[in-house]
Amino acid sequence: MDNKILFKPGHTACAGCAQSLAARLVIEAAGSNTIIANNTGCLEVFSTKFPDSAWNVPWIHSLFENCAAVASGIEAALIYLGKKDATNVIAQAGDGGTADIGLQALSGMLERGHDILYVCYDNEAYMNTGVQRSGLTPFYTNTTTSPISARFPGNLRPKKPMPEIANAHGIPYVATASAGFPQDIQRKVKKALSIKGPKYMQIHVPCPLGWRHESGQTLAVAKLAVETGLYPLIEYENGKLSGARKFAQLKPVEEYLKAQGRFKHLLGDPESIKQIQAIADNNILKYNLKAEAQKSD
Amino acid sequence: MKEFLEGSRAIAEVVKLCKPGVISAYPITPQTHIVEELASMVANGELSAQFVNVESEHSAASVVLGAQATGVRTFTATSSQGLFYMMEVLFNIAGMRLPLVLTCANRAISAPINIWNDQQDSISLRDSGWIQLYAENIQESADLHLIAYRLSEDKSIMLPTMVCMDGFILTHGMEAVDMPKQEEVDKFLPPYKPLYKLDTAEPLSMGLLADPDYYMETRFAIQETFKSLLKAIPQVNAEFKGIFGRDYGDGLVEEYCTKDAQKVIVAMGSVCGTIKEVVDAQRAKGKKVGLLKVISYRPFPYARVYDILKDVPRVAVLDKAVSLGAYAPLAVEVKAAFSGKQKAPRVVSSFVAGLGGRDITLESIKEIFLKLTQKEASLEFIDLKPELLTEEYGQ
Repeated sequence: MDNKILFKPGHTACAGCAQSLAARLVIEAAGSNTIIANNTGCLEVFSTKFPDSAWNVPWIHSLFENCAAVASGIEAALIYLGKKDATNVIAQAGDGGTADIGLQALSGMLERGHDILYVCYDNEAYMNTGVQRSGLTPFYTNTTTSPISARFPGNLRPKKPMPEIANAHGIPYVATASAGFPQDIQRKVKKALSIKGPKYMQIHVPCPLGWRHESGQTLAVAKLAVETGLYPLIEYENGKLSGARKFAQLKPVEEYLKAQGRFKHLLGDPESIKQIQAIADNNILKYNLKAEAQKSD
Repeated sequence: MKEFLEGSRAIAEVVKLCKPGVISAYPITPQTHIVEELASMVANGELSAQFVNVESEHSAASVVLGAQATGVRTFTATSSQGLFYMMEVLFNIAGMRLPLVLTCANRAISAPINIWNDQQDSISLRDSGWIQLYAENIQESADLHLIAYRLSEDKSIMLPTMVCMDGFILTHGMEAVDMPKQEEVDKFLPPYKPLYKLDTAEPLSMGLLADPDYYMETRFAIQETFKSLLKAIPQVNAEFKGIFGRDYGDGLVEEYCTKDAQKVIVAMGSVCGTIKEVVDAQRAKGKKVGLLKVISYRPFPYARVYDILKDVPRVAVLDKAVSLGAYAPLAVEVKAAFSGKQKAPRVVSSFVAGLGGRDITLESIKEIFLKLTQKEASLEFIDLKPELLTEEYGQ
């Protein structure tokens, strides 16, 4: 690993921001021979306010939705210059910049087969503009554009299945990760970068401001999402599910929900919690998240 | 040596001579022939470039943005809706001071959908920070690409250039073109050496957030660069003549029989060829008429326009675009050239013609000269069909 600090402190992220933590883990795992294209969003705003930049690798921001295409151009230029083999290219964005406005450019990048790692930092809403719902906002979340009322229990749609959408492009590597599992993030980044072609990683990054939990609870909340089965940590290699983080005992979703203000309205409502538990149960079954009980001697 | 070439083929040939490292484009009529030709040059090894087939014009512009930022000369081309879909990327490219070159095969804008020529697409991008050069014929279209790369990549300029050529009329027309030789091009256009680039050896951040303490100066700096272009364009045009033996006025405008003219039409693009023919015919009959061809719409050469037209009694401005709800886009600039000045034409009339591909004929131009009377036309459409404006069609 490089000794240079590649993502420097002093940026303006909120206390307890998991995106800043994950972004540092990603670039540290990737190393200094990396060029980053970054969509508009929290990460871009808090890390590169002129005249400062937290980045100690070449980094470019163009627009909200085009980092996958900008990265494609960077990769093409590196091939032309004969420098591609020595250089990693990472395109990174938030969940809105990935699953909503940036999906077309991302799909193009994946389909064309560029040697790029795309990283989606999923904090499950448009946090930079004030917690509006995105395509990756979970079922029944209270956001400023999916507010709760007597008639609505928050966001009415489940998360868009981005890892499956990426996987459907026939790319060699897809993974989910979580700020609650830092070594797992770095292992997956290194694995992704060892594979030629387009790679997609989606990292769950709690946002204390938007999720309404104490800033000291970031990692605990991130872990709970995984330990309940709501955010399974999975890997696809060449289209096939090749890994899933398993647990001997999965926790009930209520433990995750009650830790956050964005789900507070559900706590006295067993029916809604049951529906969210069903999402977790489905994940547990689909990805086989339950570890086999150890045989006793 | 002159070759008889389709306009698009000539552009592809001249772009090849400029040796771009990355080309990206998305299909749209009437631009497609240009990138088809380039794709086949890359495929058969004539051109050593990466050709990136993208899923939209937005990504085409983003790909060349990323490649140019990595230190490689790039090329893209588009038209009409494609140019509009690129719009936010194009503003971004100019703001990031990336010296790209783009061919705009000028075409009308929807609705109604119309694939034929006018200049509404590029004209609508006039505030984007791109240098805009308009070509009269295929030779000039090709030559303007060389001039465009040279201007854009000048360390004191570092702004992108849009070469505008009328769709179909120039892209699909055939003409005998004097194709430059590679050694001449190499002499005129040295290899691209970026001022700054994405390089792991020297990490830098590009595209930062500028708050109210910093933003305005970035706009001011571009405006100042455009001022300096009013000198740089004639210089580059003169150098071009030194190597290739031809030039286009002073590079900003071209005068045609303006010296003693009583009536002058100001116009841009291929219609200037038609106007020259009418001027020749009327001059033969002793009528003192002329043409002022505007090549550089951005920067707009106000001082040159003033000097050339200040003593001309009657001026007509011919636009192939509109600014709905206001005066026509070229007419506004020509009139502004005389604002607060001592001299001015007695009449500056504004005419709009050729929208959505309607032919501008010799008769249309004659009509404009006829309508250039004592009475100023504030905005008159030429060759309108009154029968289509009746209530019957309205229903």
